[in-house]
Amino acid sequence: MRTPDAWGLYEPQTEHDACGIGFIAHIRGTKSRDIVQDGLRLLERLSHRGATGSDPLTGDGAGILVQVPHRFFKRVGLELGFDIPRRRRYGVGQVFLPQDPDQRAACEAVVKEIVEQEGQRVIGWRDVPVDPDVLGPSARKVMPVVRQVYVARRRVVPSAFERKLYVIRKLIERTILERGLDPQGSTHVCSLSAETVVYKGLLTPDQLARFYPDLGADDMVSAIAMVHSRFSTNTFPTWDLAQPMRFTCHNGEINTLRGNRNWMQARRALLQSGKFGGTLDRMLPIIVPGKSDSAQFDNMLELLHLAGRSLPHSMMMMIPEAFEGDPHMDEARRAFYDYSSALMEPWDGPAAIAFTDGHLIGATLDRNGLRPARWTITTDDRVILASETGALDIPPELVARKGRLQPGRMLLVDTREQRLIEDDEAKADISQRFPYERWLRKNEVAFAALPVVQPSPPLRGMELSRLQRAHGWTDEDLRILLEPMARDGKEPTGSMGADTPLAVLSDMAPSLFNYFKQLFAQVTNPPIDPIREQLVMSLRTSLGAGGNTFDETPEQCHRITMPLPILTDRELATLQAFEEGAFETVTLPMTYRLDDGPSALQDAVDALCRAAVDSVDDGFNILVLSDKGVDARTVPIPSLLAASAVHQALVREGTRLLTSLVVETAEVREVHHIAMLLGFGVGAVNPYLALASARALAEDGVIDLAPETAQENYVAAVGKGLLKVMSKMGISTMESYRGAQIFECIGLDRDLVARHFTGTPTRIGGIGLPELDREARIRHARAFGPELARDSALLPVGGRYQWRRQGELHRWNPTTVAFLQAATRGDDRQAWREYTEAADAESDGPATLRGMLALVPAAQPVPLDEVESVAAIIARFCTGAMSFGSISAEAHETLALAMNKLGGRSNTGEGGEESPRFGDQRRSSIKQVASGRFGVHAAYLVNADELQIKVAQGAKPGEGGQLPGHKVSERIAAVRCSTPGVTLISPPPHHDIYSIEDLAQLIYDLKVVNPRARVSVKLVSEVGVGTIAAGVSKARAECVIIAGASGGTGASPQSSIQHAGLPWELGLAETQQVLVQNDLRSRIRVQVDGGLRTARDVVIGALLGAEEFGFSTAPLITLGCIMLRRCHENTCSVGIATQDEQLTERFAGDPEHVQRFFTMLAEDVRELMALLGARTLDELVGRVDRLRVRDDIDHWKARAVDLSPLLARADVPESVHTRQMVLQQHGLQNHLDQELITAAEQALQGGPPVALSRPIHNTDRTVGGMLSGRLATLHGAHGLPTDTISVNFSGSAGQSFGAFLAPGISFALRGETNDYLGKGLSGGRISVRPPDGTRFVPEDNIIIGNTVLYGATQGELFVNGRAGERFAVRNSGARAVVEGIGDHGCEYMTGGVVVVLGPTGRNFAAGMSGGVAFVLDPDGSFHTRCNPDMVELDTLVEEGDMTLVEELLEAHLAHTGSPQARRILDNWEIMVSSFIRVMPTEYKRVLRERRARKRREFLRLAGTPAASAEEPTHG
Amino acid sequence: MGNSDGYLKHPASPASRRPAQERVGDWNEIYEPRGPVTRGEQGARCMDCGIPFCHQGCPLGNRIPDWNGLVSRDRWQDAWRALDDTNNFPEFTGRLCPAPCESACTLAISDTAVTIEQIELEIAETSWEAGWVTPARRRRATGKSVAVVGSGPAGLAGAQQLARAGHDVTVYEKADRIGGLLRYGIPDFKMEKWVIDRRLTQLTAEGVSFRTGVAVGDAISWGELQSDHDAVLLALGAERPRDLDVPGRDLGGVVFAMDYLERSNRLVAGDAVTDPIDAAGRRVVILGGGDTGSDCLGTAHRQGAASVVQIELMPAPPETRADDNPWPRWPLVFRTSSSQQEGGEREFATMTTKLTGSGGRLERLHATRVELVDGRLVPVPGGEISLEVDLLVLAMGFTGPRVASLTEQLGVELTPRGAVATDKAFATSVPGVWAAGDAKRGASLIVWAIADGREAARAMDAALTGQARLPTKGADAPFGGI
Repeated sequence: MRTPDAWGLYEPQTEHDACGIGFIAHIRGTKSRDIVQDGLRLLERLSHRGATGSDPLTGDGAGILVQVPHRFFKRVGLELGFDIPRRRRYGVGQVFLPQDPDQRAACEAVVKEIVEQEGQRVIGWRDVPVDPDVLGPSARKVMPVVRQVYVARRRVVPSAFERKLYVIRKLIERTILERGLDPQGSTHVCSLSAETVVYKGLLTPDQLARFYPDLGADDMVSAIAMVHSRFSTNTFPTWDLAQPMRFTCHNGEINTLRGNRNWMQARRALLQSGKFGGTLDRMLPIIVPGKSDSAQFDNMLELLHLAGRSLPHSMMMMIPEAFEGDPHMDEARRAFYDYSSALMEPWDGPAAIAFTDGHLIGATLDRNGLRPARWTITTDDRVILASETGALDIPPELVARKGRLQPGRMLLVDTREQRLIEDDEAKADISQRFPYERWLRKNEVAFAALPVVQPSPPLRGMELSRLQRAHGWTDEDLRILLEPMARDGKEPTGSMGADTPLAVLSDMAPSLFNYFKQLFAQVTNPPIDPIREQLVMSLRTSLGAGGNTFDETPEQCHRITMPLPILTDRELATLQAFEEGAFETVTLPMTYRLDDGPSALQDAVDALCRAAVDSVDDGFNILVLSDKGVDARTVPIPSLLAASAVHQALVREGTRLLTSLVVETAEVREVHHIAMLLGFGVGAVNPYLALASARALAEDGVIDLAPETAQENYVAAVGKGLLKVMSKMGISTMESYRGAQIFECIGLDRDLVARHFTGTPTRIGGIGLPELDREARIRHARAFGPELARDSALLPVGGRYQWRRQGELHRWNPTTVAFLQAATRGDDRQAWREYTEAADAESDGPATLRGMLALVPAAQPVPLDEVESVAAIIARFCTGAMSFGSISAEAHETLALAMNKLGGRSNTGEGGEESPRFGDQRRSSIKQVASGRFGVHAAYLVNADELQIKVAQGAKPGEGGQLPGHKVSERIAAVRCSTPGVTLISPPPHHDIYSIEDLAQLIYDLKVVNPRARVSVKLVSEVGVGTIAAGVSKARAECVIIAGASGGTGASPQSSIQHAGLPWELGLAETQQVLVQNDLRSRIRVQVDGGLRTARDVVIGALLGAEEFGFSTAPLITLGCIMLRRCHENTCSVGIATQDEQLTERFAGDPEHVQRFFTMLAEDVRELMALLGARTLDELVGRVDRLRVRDDIDHWKARAVDLSPLLARADVPESVHTRQMVLQQHGLQNHLDQELITAAEQALQGGPPVALSRPIHNTDRTVGGMLSGRLATLHGAHGLPTDTISVNFSGSAGQSFGAFLAPGISFALRGETNDYLGKGLSGGRISVRPPDGTRFVPEDNIIIGNTVLYGATQGELFVNGRAGERFAVRNSGARAVVEGIGDHGCEYMTGGVVVVLGPTGRNFAAGMSGGVAFVLDPDGSFHTRCNPDMVELDTLVEEGDMTLVEELLEAHLAHTGSPQARRILDNWEIMVSSFIRVMPTEYKRVLRERRARKRREFLRLAGTPAASAEEPTHG
Repeated sequence: MGNSDGYLKHPASPASRRPAQERVGDWNEIYEPRGPVTRGEQGARCMDCGIPFCHQGCPLGNRIPDWNGLVSRDRWQDAWRALDDTNNFPEFTGRLCPAPCESACTLAISDTAVTIEQIELEIAETSWEAGWVTPARRRRATGKSVAVVGSGPAGLAGAQQLARAGHDVTVYEKADRIGGLLRYGIPDFKMEKWVIDRRLTQLTAEGVSFRTGVAVGDAISWGELQSDHDAVLLALGAERPRDLDVPGRDLGGVVFAMDYLERSNRLVAGDAVTDPIDAAGRRVVILGGGDTGSDCLGTAHRQGAASVVQIELMPAPPETRADDNPWPRWPLVFRTSSSQQEGGEREFATMTTKLTGSGGRLERLHATRVELVDGRLVPVPGGEISLEVDLLVLAMGFTGPRVASLTEQLGVELTPRGAVATDKAFATSVPGVWAAGDAKRGASLIVWAIADGREAARAMDAALTGQARLPTKGADAPFGGI
């Protein structure tokens, strides 16, 4: 049951899972069959949140946790002749064991041995009855033997028995492993407890009860049932990873896992607990490596809990709320979190976690609230909480309250105290256990409070530039990075990707930082928007020793705190001089001597690590690693190497938590550099040379600012950049980012990485310390070597961002651009040959991974005329997703025309498509659906052959985007359904994809609306992308796109262009390997893009596993692009990346240019196919045996790279397909809309209106989508007259109710809905009200879920009740009335009207650039919950506003009968003053200008003199 | 850096020339000075492209976008540093280079190129005026001695680089003044000669020794030279003119362009010239439509020629780029040089067939119109013409260096086209002897000469010291053309 080891490019640690969770509990603790049965029913109704692999009968896992049913065990014990003692005098172990009888006997013997060794007694073993026939073949093949062991309590007080059982379990795990008794790793203790028992397995939810007949026994009773349905990205048959775990079940993902595990290891020396009799050494590893993040989370939680903290307390430590910037939080609670942060870093990531110890059961959400959790409390004392509402049918009259968990909040049921405990009460108890506030005041030292010490004067002139040279700085570092940072306080932007070699293939002695790439979130967890959702982000940092996690004493929080992890020179000097309290600082040099021998660097690193270990042993608790003192004979150790080596050495020693690491270095200048130091364990960085350089720029007049301001700006820019780097991985706090190692290494030796960057993936090996030494010396020589230029004030040119003769190699350079243009303009075959030769030539050493590969010709080439046609090959080609908006209409339509003529495909990009293009040759057959959902409505979706979900883009994976107002022309605004002149923001995540099951839902949504279009998902290459692709295949996408990070045309921060994501070769090969390994390849096509230029690229792409190929930069170049790389400035001089009409006139591209490019390319592909002996491209897909590593590479760095993992093949039977062969099954034939369409057929065809009624359940998803798709196909975007088709529903609607609802359709629901209500609403009307017979007050209860009206373009929504988080996110035209909402309401809204008749959560109107909201605010507190960055608040004074609100309220009343609406309307004159109008500042300005323009126009037409039109208008 | 919208705000404003009528009346340079404000704006037209084609188009690898941007921000001294880093003599190239950078400028696609050459000149002149052009700090002497033969741009650039590297450099020049083609091939109206002298003071201060009036291979032998020095750089130029092989070539009044220009330059310099060639009052015909022909044309006008006709063998190029001559290649288009602007007639597609005269003096030139057929020139039937002519100047290009003594005494190998053969590191077949400039590549642009001088110096220094110490312009990414 072990997950497979790493092979090829696959890394087991990249596995993800997500799921549906739920529990049901009786508040009074009454045990019953009903609870167990309802638990199982709940589980079944969450089936769609789980998944199956290639074997549809094998689920990813399902399980249930119940209280130990004593009477049941008494009975079955009796049957077996056991003497089961009284309740709680024994524990039950639910154990998976090997099938092999000998192995099983050996494992069971260990259990007995350990139990006895720990002074307890084994009462006996029971074979748990199971029915293997219900299993799918894959699950059955690896099915373990399931047995129960009963352990009698001896000589332990009841309160310590659980802890004893824990020790026994840990020792059993360790002993079996150490003795090698279970080679397959089948053994797994699901639970061993006197309180709870877990039944789980590699099952689908509906198989669970059938597989375990125990669960159907009459005496199988419980007061609680916690259930879990798993959706894993992979299908490795792993029984043990099914959930619930012992204490928790988890929906979400822990982003910081590696760091959390490392820190646990690092605090080993500190971990002492009297409860376990001293150190925990014999129970190591506490956190079992190689298991899922959920399993590891459970490991940590159970330790914290069993060591003495309550479960809620432990949860608060591991998943703290966003306490740093919340003005509403109670001081005591804030102090608790602050204090606890000294003991444990957060486990950061999207999470809904249900937890129980058998008495207390509860659930909590992460600080971002990124997973759904809905609860219902019944009048008969039951609490039901689940990922979806409506999964259990509760008669309306039994419902007391309905709600949802809010971000960071907790809900508890204490079955002993027989009551429900809500967040405030639960947390108040915990945060008042100790006087945390006083402890903090006394022990926490703010940096600002330290006595200031003056640093040595900053470097100037030649001294400065010499040091810059010695540390590898270039002119570009100053010109392109530092100057904008110091001037504007933010990172500079670039365009058109990176086309330079990987660091390991570069001859420019790049810094060590360049050998690492930032990881980013895609699909399985969402990136965060660090600007608009700043309230969850924190850079807060503290220095000093950490404490024993199990203790709670005042001294534990004795530390120095600062707002961000950057130290100025003065701050560092202050720190080094500070001697009060327990702080002792030592400075260790990270340099070595030039004249030391060949192992100089290695010796220096080893010596530094020894010195660090000794210093910590000597009691120094702040270590400063410094590269000061570089001179003609002294070389700096790369700061990252020094810092990470010291960090890892101290982790290995187990003393890392006794000290903080500070790095004083001249090397760092970019955000990426500083992020890497922090990510590898450093507490704070003093970038003294960068600061001195910023100062010098000001002093030299390069930037017109005071030197201090320039430095402050630089620091501010780094701060913003760090937030971006963290947030693209979905990490919120610096405390949890530190040491989390969210990087992949490319081109470093495996042993080097294992030792000094432990745990970081480095899949193709590479150079080691000798080469790093050589590079350090090359850089040093730039300052102190023989070159005469070293005396010049000029730095080396660099040439990474812009091509330069003396700079880094670029694959797009004067030669390739000029010849490609010449070839495609004039159909010049000679120029084409020059182009392909230059593009493929890497004679001076390869610049790409594919450059290191050679094709292996077939023994028997195929005659060229037998190879499939150019047209057949071009059918596999498409152009990239570049929006109308990012490029001009001229360029966009030219690409579309060319591709349509050729039989290839073009892509709309994220910006909609003008409706006149839908029907003609200018149509893009691929319609993209990205996070901004601009112009994504029913008519757009039905006019596509392919719907592409852009999860990430190569230029800036994990980031959002922004189209500034000045670029939003009338035309662009129209197609994007927004207002001209108003800024459009694309959020970093899709707000309906926070995990893999969410993606499955969106795929389903799109498929429902347009069943004829295939759905594709675009990912960006990084380690683990294969695993994500497996999840995408299981989520039933029909194509997955693996984009390389090197391509990418979009504007993006330079650090993202340079440092995020990997080349496509790695991502593609990994994808092919993992998909084939899991037999998921057969149902999904694979497309590759990212810098493809020649037939060689295409063929290598095919051989590595791609069926299709995407191109962006090359076609743009044929249209005249010359790589100005200024696309973001609207000044493109060739009329491509601009909306300026003066410039688009210069556009000289022609469809023929693009056609010639693809035709010549396909001709070349045919020649290579002939050479490789293939008649069709399909024959080449995945044929890595037709590739070999070139044997003529003797480049001193490249030769260290090991590409064999790239060429590995999955070891699978012949029957497993290696390319797409079968169709995905979406189950659309059973969709509820099929019925509706039939019933409404006449109305759809223009007949009389029709009214229908239907019941609905949570398993009915995306209801209305198919009907709308049909309507939009027949009638276009304008649809039918209002109420042509009206449907009354009753029940609990599944996700995406009313998605893309088209004009003319009206849905009225009595009941409730889940998430994504009214997604992409396209003109229809939806109303939701509680069912008849409801007793609760509707306006106080949640009846619709999260992320409502996401991307709605028009239509109406009326809700008699409250909504969850992100109501009306990215709404651009819908009108809605709701009676209360959660956090982030109206986020990124660009149009439409929202009326809120009740409370709002925090961060209302963040990123809202258009539209208007009216909020009822009787107590005047709304402004504290509103994000003021982009909006202005007013009272309702304008006649038009008042009428608008009144009309909407009347409609609301009419459609929902809302009592709240009636009350307000009855007292309208009084109530109107309690409304606040929320309107974006920019939007207001644009509307005002527009009104003035209209007035002028009117007056002009009326013949009035223009002068009077210039009078200011009101409002 | 970069001003992405500068080109939208500021139209191109090339330096304006003095009125033709005024300037043909003197020998001074033809341009008017420009004010400081416009200069910055012109720099701001540069877009600081992701791929600066200009930087590739410049044989010197000038860091053009860098200094354009600096100038636009009024950082003239920084601009000077960037320019001085790649170009020893920007005040020469700023006047004389045909600016392939400008034809490669991305703005040249659909707009007017940045006035790069003019900006270069202004940076150079501003820097001389401001006193920023000072002798470079002298390196510790290496004790090595280098001879540079020839004092044109290649020789001077090589000499300066080698001296800066600490070598003991002696420049040998057969003429009486230093400067080679710059001195006697370029008329003053294109570059006044004080510009050379000003630069020579810097070279002298940097330790370069000059020996004029020494014809190596004659006054001293190549062998002697070699034994006196550790290394020799051949920067002899390509002085062998292409001759006209038609009946009547021996008639009086037929001269080579370089002979004509040299005498004129000497006269302008105030020298006594014993055998002047004066166009005053004469009917002049110039064979050759290139830059040298134009220089002869301007010279003839200033001398007071009665008429001047310039004859080009090839057909006139098109007004705009042909399809097979796309940007960023050197545009083969119809151009009018400043001298052509001043007057004279131009004939294209005309092949001289014979010269006739009486009394040994040339009187008439006979020619035929030709056309290009399949890449070959063929006479147009009935296209015979003839012109009256008193002075015929042959400006039909050069075929290579004068190398007789070189091959005889040193045994240096030549290329099939008659230039000195070298390897990639500018080394000739003879150990210790390197070659650069026109001598190596045949007649070419001044920027190529300086670039070669610099690169050869780097190679020589590396050979002499065992270390690569001098800068290089880096790798080429050629786009065809030039």
